[in-house]
Amino acid sequence: MNWKSAADFWAMGGYGFYVWGSYATVLAAVVIEIVLLRVRRRRAISEIIGDNLKTGKSTQIVGNR
Amino acid sequence: MSVRARPGLFWFSSPQTFFPLAGRLTPWFFAIGAVLALLGVYVGFFVAPTDATQGEAYRIIFIHVPAAWMSMFLYLVMAFWAALGLILNTRVSSMMASAIAPTGALMTVLALITGSLWGRPTWGTYWVWDARLTSELVLLFLYLGFLALQAAIDDPRRADKAGAVLALVGVVNIPIIYFSVQWWNTLHQGSSVSLTRSPSMAATMLLGMLLMALAFWSYSIGAALHRVRSILLEREKRSEWARELCAAEGLK
Repeated sequence: MNWKSAADFWAMGGYGFYVWGSYATVLAAVVIEIVLLRVRRRRAISEIIGDNLKTGKSTQIVGNR
Repeated sequence: MSVRARPGLFWFSSPQTFFPLAGRLTPWFFAIGAVLALLGVYVGFFVAPTDATQGEAYRIIFIHVPAAWMSMFLYLVMAFWAALGLILNTRVSSMMASAIAPTGALMTVLALITGSLWGRPTWGTYWVWDARLTSELVLLFLYLGFLALQAAIDDPRRADKAGAVLALVGVVNIPIIYFSVQWWNTLHQGSSVSLTRSPSMAATMLLGMLLMALAFWSYSIGAALHRVRSILLEREKRSEWARELCAAEGLK
């Protein structure tokens, strides 16, 4: 075991800012990318479903004739 | 297109077959990435010993090196798919290239940020214009250039072709990054892991780094597959199969 206590662990031998700063940056980046991925998917799908409603209506008109 | 009729070399180059496959694989890559990252963090902080010269600051290696590896590797994969799209005119290949670019750019940013956070305590500076750092910054500009160029061209196929040319020209930067620590006298330390000699680090340190590298690799594939599905939907939004797929997979 490398650490005597929790405080010792968080201090990282005096390099806490650099070590935890790096890990926090990576974690934040991954979270942000996943959020952006979901937003992009949602936007793409809603555009298709929006198109679908429009064309759905027009096919119905054609079908009624 | 007769190639769509049966499985073969071009089977998954068809959007209709690739879309559900990518959807099935994505959660697995994310899950494997998460598990490997947890294992890697455990080994990196609780198993790997303190470095004799750099103290605890070296523990940044477990994310810095994987991010830097992925930034270069993803660029090569992106250029490969872009080239395939250019030569074989397969749309899905080009879309894969576009899907990889944002994640590649992100990995490059992470390599640069974690690198500067590592440089400050060990070199005394966040940034220095040395060959390794400068060529990695050029890599970021190549990714951003690829994305900007594609965004600037309205016709997707023309955007694919222009992007592919840029990506292929930029490949020359990858060996420059990789060998920069050998070719020039850089502040950046030489590679700790190489194919030709045994690694100059403790086995547990190497294990932590490899676990994290695999985690980053798996995550990047998951992100690219997730994004390529959105790109497919964006580009095929007027097609019947896109609507059918949305309905079939219950996407809403």
